[in-house]
Amino acid sequence: MTTALYDFIYLISIILFIIGLKRLSSPDTARNGNLVAAAGMGIAIVVSLVYPLETAQNNYAWIAGGIVLGSVVGITAAKKVQMTAMPEMVSLFNGLGGACALVVSLVEFYNYPEGVSLLNGQVFTTLFALFIGSISFTGSLVAYGKLQGFLRDSLQVPFPKVVNAILLISVIGIMIYIMMLPSVDFNWALILMTVSLIYGITFVTPIGGGDMPVVISLLNSFTGIGAALAGLIYNNQVMLVGGILVGASGTILTILMCQAMNRSLFNVIIGGFSSSGGAAGGSREQIVKEVIPSDLAIELKYSSKVMVVPGYGLAVAQAQHAVHELESMLEEEGVDFKYAIHPVAGRMPGHMNVLLAEADVPYPKLLELEEANKELTSTDVVLVIGANDVVNPAAKDDPSSPIHGMPILEVEKAKSVIVLKRSMSTGYAGIQNQLFFGEKTRMLFGDAKASINKLKEEVDQA
Amino acid sequence: MDALISFISENLLMVYILVFAIFLGTEVISKVPTVLHTPLMSGANAISGVVIIGAILLIRQAEPQNYFVLTLGFIGIALASINVVGGYAVTDRMLDMFKNKKKKK
Repeated sequence: MTTALYDFIYLISIILFIIGLKRLSSPDTARNGNLVAAAGMGIAIVVSLVYPLETAQNNYAWIAGGIVLGSVVGITAAKKVQMTAMPEMVSLFNGLGGACALVVSLVEFYNYPEGVSLLNGQVFTTLFALFIGSISFTGSLVAYGKLQGFLRDSLQVPFPKVVNAILLISVIGIMIYIMMLPSVDFNWALILMTVSLIYGITFVTPIGGGDMPVVISLLNSFTGIGAALAGLIYNNQVMLVGGILVGASGTILTILMCQAMNRSLFNVIIGGFSSSGGAAGGSREQIVKEVIPSDLAIELKYSSKVMVVPGYGLAVAQAQHAVHELESMLEEEGVDFKYAIHPVAGRMPGHMNVLLAEADVPYPKLLELEEANKELTSTDVVLVIGANDVVNPAAKDDPSSPIHGMPILEVEKAKSVIVLKRSMSTGYAGIQNQLFFGEKTRMLFGDAKASINKLKEEVDQA
Repeated sequence: MDALISFISENLLMVYILVFAIFLGTEVISKVPTVLHTPLMSGANAISGVVIIGAILLIRQAEPQNYFVLTLGFIGIALASINVVGGYAVTDRMLDMFKNKKKKK
């Protein structure tokens, strides 16, 4: 009788999750939607604290300690993080959720009664949750490290395809072995966990940075699936539905991004960007033209239409505010100033939109890929700020390029292209960009923020 | 095979919910504009912290002297709380920027 009442309240939190997610899909209702989903979570947690259990010892002190510690850390991190570091943050949070799924399933296996056959769905679900939680945990940590930059080159797995295949087969083999055992052997669960944790690392390490948005989204959906599996173990509907909602949203975002890059998910995971493309540009002597800020400032001031292509370099330099100021200055001079946003620019889906929103750039100025390509033909100056792969013409012209087939912003259609970059180094995909040597292209070397600030001064004086 | 069939028949309701939730999730999220991909991902990520319920139920059922389970459960709760609280807070911060701009216009 009483459990029915609690289960009913659980249903309310499920409804709040769904309404919340639904509202997150429109800019007007998004913030409210986030709060609705948070309220759903609050209710679900409170119900879990008082849900009638047969063998309840409660141990509330331990629970309170965990919640307080986690909340303090979570709030502090959320308050302090720079908007530009958002992909890292989300990835890190995601890994922690995966770690929780890992812990829950590990303990569940530990508690499994002795002498009962292990060949059943319950055990399979637990083992699978253990596996998914582990991948999500270490995979997200590697993604975090890669985004922060400190894992970019230092961590290399030799023959990643072979290693991954062996690890995956081992995982399946261990799972089958555990389920065939006559009785619970916790050591084997630990072995499964260890192999899965390693697999999480080797799974993400070979994936190139250009594919990072896809990986983060994929790991996000893994954590959701992990939570849903844990819900199956506990026969808990909130966990099941909540987890599946996340799993579904993560999967959809992953597919959308793969479409934006015109690559299959399989290709992203298995292939990664090969670094062979680097050879394509190196064969003959290439000349790069540079531009000085004062000349560029005059050019900008007397243009009728300017388009900015933001990329990760803009995020790193935190140049979004400076760009917005430049935009305002040029608008006063009557220049039509817009932004061309590639769907996978940056390190997270929609990364550029968040950055430019932080700098108060109005929505109508942000053009999506197709729209931007139409307008580029009539654009006088394109400023490519820290973007590499999303403007690389090799995606169209060079069938041997690893990014061939990916829709790009066709900046070479504009009258003049200015690339703001720190050096001639390749982008995250590791491919040299022929655009930089193009007829209409000039380079402005330096930190994006410093360059833009210099430009602003020059525009002011010109 | 028998084990699988009996598992499905015992959990038939959950399997139904699972299937419906997949369709529902796909339906709810399929038409999100690119602008909101990051906040949506971050918000959804916070929801995946729902796994904290598992950790809570696990601790509540543990013997008060079973420090192994208690410690692991504590870690699980702390980690999931970071995911939940941090996730919602960060999403709110992001969406706040979107909203401010609307007002100004």
